[in-house]
Amino acid sequence: MTAVAPYRSPAVPGRDGFAQTLRAEWTKFRTVRGWVIGTLVAALVMAGVGLLAAGGGRSACQAVGVGANGQPESGSGSSCQPSFILGPDGEPVADSFYFVRQPLTGDGSVTVRVTSMTGLLPPDHPDNAAGPFDSVHGVEPWAKAGLIVKENLSQGSAYAAILVAADHGVRLQWNYTGDTAGLPGPVGPANPRWLRLTRSGDVITGYDSADGTHWTRVGAVTLTGLSSTAQVGLFTASPDHDQMTANFGGGVSGGGGPTRDTAVFDHLATADGWTAGPWTGQYVGRPEIPGVVGFHQAGGQYTLTGQGNIAPVPAGHGGPADASATVTDYLLGTFVGLIALVVVAGLFVTAEYRRGLIRLTFAATPSRGRVLAAKSVVVAVAGFVAGLVGAAAAVLAGEAITRARGYYAFPISGTAEARVIVGTAVLTAVASVLALAIGAIAARSAATVAVVIVVIVIPYFLAATAALPLGAGDWLLRITPAAGFALQQPYPAYDQVTMLYSPFSGYFPLAPLAGLGVLAAWTAAALALAAYRLRRRDA
Amino acid sequence: MEATIEVTGLRKRFGQAQALDGMTFTVAPGQVTGFVGPNGAGKSTTMRVILGLDAPDEGEATVNGKPYRQLKHPLSHLGALLDAAALQPSRSARNHLLWLAHSQGLTARRVDEVLALTGLTDVRQRRAGGYSLGMRQRLGIAAALLGDPPALMMDEPFNGMDPEGIAWMRTFLRNLAAEGRAVLVSSHLMSELQDTADHLVVAGRGKVIADASVAALVAAASGDRVRLRTTATAEAMKVLANAGAEVAATAHDVLAIAGLSSERVVATLTAHHVPFTEVSAHRATLEEAYMELTREAVEFHSTGHEGARQDRAGQTAGRAGAAS
Repeated sequence: MTAVAPYRSPAVPGRDGFAQTLRAEWTKFRTVRGWVIGTLVAALVMAGVGLLAAGGGRSACQAVGVGANGQPESGSGSSCQPSFILGPDGEPVADSFYFVRQPLTGDGSVTVRVTSMTGLLPPDHPDNAAGPFDSVHGVEPWAKAGLIVKENLSQGSAYAAILVAADHGVRLQWNYTGDTAGLPGPVGPANPRWLRLTRSGDVITGYDSADGTHWTRVGAVTLTGLSSTAQVGLFTASPDHDQMTANFGGGVSGGGGPTRDTAVFDHLATADGWTAGPWTGQYVGRPEIPGVVGFHQAGGQYTLTGQGNIAPVPAGHGGPADASATVTDYLLGTFVGLIALVVVAGLFVTAEYRRGLIRLTFAATPSRGRVLAAKSVVVAVAGFVAGLVGAAAAVLAGEAITRARGYYAFPISGTAEARVIVGTAVLTAVASVLALAIGAIAARSAATVAVVIVVIVIPYFLAATAALPLGAGDWLLRITPAAGFALQQPYPAYDQVTMLYSPFSGYFPLAPLAGLGVLAAWTAAALALAAYRLRRRDA
Repeated sequence: MEATIEVTGLRKRFGQAQALDGMTFTVAPGQVTGFVGPNGAGKSTTMRVILGLDAPDEGEATVNGKPYRQLKHPLSHLGALLDAAALQPSRSARNHLLWLAHSQGLTARRVDEVLALTGLTDVRQRRAGGYSLGMRQRLGIAAALLGDPPALMMDEPFNGMDPEGIAWMRTFLRNLAAEGRAVLVSSHLMSELQDTADHLVVAGRGKVIADASVAALVAAASGDRVRLRTTATAEAMKVLANAGAEVAATAHDVLAIAGLSSERVVATLTAHHVPFTEVSAHRATLEEAYMELTREAVEFHSTGHEGARQDRAGQTAGRAGAAS
């Protein structure tokens, strides 16, 4: 045997770090055609289902206008758009109520005492013991009576109001979505509520008091650009009763109808610069109700009877909202696309186990945690891009089709739309990482895909299709990784609007970031277990 | 000579099976070290431990003095081919090498170099899943060479190769050793290593039963025996036995004689007028040496139970000392 000098490579060693591992994993990902195609398919499926949702299943344009309180009104016109009254921030709102008003200029204040609220509820109200055809006495929980300062008499104009809600105490509400609580408890002759609004420039401040002597400031709101002359006065409104119930075994059914409330005011006074002339009563946003006197003044006592609501309109909440295409509809394909993405993400690690390639991977990069991290980044990026492209295509194309076919589209702001699209991308990205982590734990393709679908796709599907009772569905969307679908909630839920906020109309039990937190926690736990298993297990 | 791969006292148990039972050897640069032993001797497990893929229960393996898992860009320290079939079938050969190169901070240029070295340039864009086993072995060697490492380790690289491929592989391995690289090649067939290995580590039942140069192993297996060709076998056996030799007939006209030098054999036969046509020093083949060494190690295949081989292993360990 001849002694040979040990070999020394002339090559300069390359860099060794996470960037190299990441690049290697990215090269792995992009060089398997099936995985790239799977990712593209995910985006296409998301977009395709969005197009289907936009293309069918919703009412085509009919000769239906939109009446006050979100009720369709036959024969009020043939124009299909716009379908909604929009508030100052562009969100759909209901804005109809009985108004006893006068224009007042400059700064000033107005004070009133509310002594009672009574009303009528529709015949099918559960409190109705009288029979199926008679209205019953009672007040809708969010029936309102109080003081309002409003830009003008157009529906959707800016306002601030201090009011008593039948079951929700004193509230300061403004511009449809704003809502701050004041004194709690119901109003009645024994416990009247004193209310005051003051205007200073475009700042409106609301106060309440139980005795007219001791006042509490509920809050102050700025109505940017409020005209110097605004409509000021008393109002009553009573939203339609919405009797939606979740059925045992899934599904919901609903009923309901208009309600009415009558509020009695006294001690109406203006001050601090406002001098009141005579008060005029009129409905805003709806015709007079036949047989009902809207406004009656006797001495210092004002009795107002009204219907309607001053509030935001949630998606799927009656009238045109019921028949409108929503972003939720467009994004219905997300869970199908997600199946493709989790299969690809799972295979990205399980295929290496199946082929024995994982040994070469770990021989090249002995730090298994680093490999796991690099793989996570790769599938996260792939999932994010597929989700972003798929969701953006679904929403934009869905809207275009809805518009072109003259269907109702539930209004949404560009910001909210962007948030939902990016949220969908985050959802698909994190879910892909979860699939990867489960793949690293199970090291088997079929088991991985099965587990991921069971923990994320099926809970969502059961809840979103109302296949499960609503409560069970809600819990699935709170505790399983499917909670991440909350990122797709396009429209806010409003406490001040009574409705069944359910996943199938796009409302989730958790806030978007809380839902993401649940999904992320599961993913972090799976990654931690995967890292532990990878380190401990022989490759 | 500095050691490049060093394995010290590896023990590893898979459930009831003692896969490694004190495996110890070193691989020196500049030569091809054959790592032979029957299936189940612990060769592949040892290699996985060297690569940091399997954790030993006891002992350690180092590459250039460091545990593999502590190496930076490890493929430039040790290139390994464990399983040529370990490929993503739909990925092209070039892309298979490309991700591996990227993991080491290497560029596509190095990929094209090793493709040329292993003669795969023309088929580099084909799906690795469509490669023959021989082509996959070449691809595996290309992967092992990516980092231009001073040490190479290959598990059964001749498996599934046609004779032409085997010849190519032998030359290739010899050339790598001639450049000063340490080359460890495992095989369960000694014949594959006959003209390739300079040094042999013979494994059986999870431990080394011989660690010696090929020449020393052959000499040890040959012993002092003399080979005699004669037509008068009965007569020859009688006189040689009387002279104190152990005689065995290996063919109808061939005797193997132990205990007498060839000069004494010739003198004894001549004195007794026994005719013979040929007297030569008996020279064992490598295969015979190997069979001799591993005879007992193989037996567990027929008994099938692990416990039975523990005491046997003690005997073979004794032989290992004698052989080296």
